[in-house]
Amino acid sequence: MRTLVKLSWVELKLFVREPITVIFTLALPIIFLFVMGGVFGNEPDTGDGGTIIFRGVGPLDYYIPAYFGLVMMAIGTVALPVHLAGYRERGVLRRLRASSISVWSVLGSQLVVSFVIAVIGSILVIILGIIVYSPHMPLEVGLLIPAFLLGLVSFAALGFFLGAVLPSTRAAQGLGLILFFVMMILGGAGPPPEVLTGAMDIVGNLTPLRHTILILQDPYLGFGWNGQASLIVAGIAVVATALAARFFRWE
Amino acid sequence: MTAIITVENLRKTYGATVAVDDISFEVAEGEIFGLLGPNGAGKTTTVECLQALRQPDSGEIDILGLDPRHNAQALRRQIGSQLQESALPDRLKVWEALDLFASVTPEALDWQVLLDQWGLAEKRKSSFSSLSGGQRQRLFIALALVNNPRVVFLDEMTTGLDPAARRVAWDLIRSIRDRGATVVLVTHFMDEAEKLCDRLAIVDRGNIVAMDTPQGMIDEYASEVRVIFTTDRADLSWLDEVTHVKKITRSGPRVEVEGNGPVLALVASALVEHGITPADLRVEQPTLEDVFLKITGQDIDE
Repeated sequence: MRTLVKLSWVELKLFVREPITVIFTLALPIIFLFVMGGVFGNEPDTGDGGTIIFRGVGPLDYYIPAYFGLVMMAIGTVALPVHLAGYRERGVLRRLRASSISVWSVLGSQLVVSFVIAVIGSILVIILGIIVYSPHMPLEVGLLIPAFLLGLVSFAALGFFLGAVLPSTRAAQGLGLILFFVMMILGGAGPPPEVLTGAMDIVGNLTPLRHTILILQDPYLGFGWNGQASLIVAGIAVVATALAARFFRWE
Repeated sequence: MTAIITVENLRKTYGATVAVDDISFEVAEGEIFGLLGPNGAGKTTTVECLQALRQPDSGEIDILGLDPRHNAQALRRQIGSQLQESALPDRLKVWEALDLFASVTPEALDWQVLLDQWGLAEKRKSSFSSLSGGQRQRLFIALALVNNPRVVFLDEMTTGLDPAARRVAWDLIRSIRDRGATVVLVTHFMDEAEKLCDRLAIVDRGNIVAMDTPQGMIDEYASEVRVIFTTDRADLSWLDEVTHVKKITRSGPRVEVEGNGPVLALVASALVEHGITPADLRVEQPTLEDVFLKITGQDIDE
């Protein structure tokens, strides 16, 4: 337990000292937020184009909770896999293991760091969003918190799985960035999902991000708890955890 | 001798490659035990099995009454490991590494003292990536000691250290032993093995080919000393008659006489008797290098 606390603290400091990861996980969602805000403003769509987009709410009300999910997704697809694969490749995991630091401390500390980063990233998104576009505040905070935790655990598990199977930093970076952009564009953090048609919509529905965004948006916008999406996200968490445990290698 | 480590018929293969064929040895509590051999002899694989970092194919291991296969975590808390291939995160600071590794056990040593002992006090706030090879090596040794281990494994610990730092390291390793810990040293440096180890095993192609104290090995396998001098005298055939002389080799004026026991005194007196008083007469005692050459038939660096 003492080791987990120490390691978590050390890993947080290491995260902050790594500017590229900080930019990728914290600054990128904010940049997207301003781009989307600049393009769409925050007036709810009236359905003049035939389909009501942004679920009928203001675009920024749509994107702010969606970008909570984007921060989690950046952690799960890029930050965590690259970090873990790099640790394995360079012999850091081996060094930790030889000193009796358990796999639970290693992954537990990463979960703690992921949580802290996701909270900071989400707070930055909401504060900057409110300052610039005055969208409304989350309506059902009591439901938003468990949804946030569920989404985070799910993406962290995905990150552990990718970090377990990807053999090198390069592989993790390559695959991680592809997953990141595919999920971002088709998963509901890019163009509004209503304008995605055919194959794009099908693929979008297969991304964990689409469902994570739904479980975050629904309480934020006052639509209640999304049972179906939360089951899917929980399922992803369980399967990814099992696979990560199965394939985790120290070296 | 109370054995703190017992290894019986250890074997480890990687596919068709036999890394460790059949290795058995015991290490007594409080000694510095060395595994000496060329690269690829199986030394590192052996100690990695002992540290529960690899699963042996077969054989029995007992360290501190624990079996690495079943009590890996409990064992790792009580041993110290300096690994040949490992690293720390680039931006981790020296003090953070020691503080982290000290947290695994309440028995841990005061890492500030280790920083001083290993000459890292000035580097305490430096990041791992900014350290030189020698500094990294010293940090890894300090990390191996920070949990106050009863057994310390040091795998090629002086690689990357300059000669002065090596000597300091040797003294510190002796002080670890003198405090009561047992040290298992993997090395391919002859001088290190000879000067530092209380007992050592020579490992060749996955097997132990000799095991004794360094002096015991020299006495057994390389008892012959070499007497060396230069002379212009052409005919030295009478030297063959001197007792204890085994072999004479000559290249130009340089003469090398191999023999044993009191051969130096006998050769010297025979030279004087024949009117030769070389100013450069000297004797070379056999070293571990001669033992190694004799046993394995090759130089360690080959």
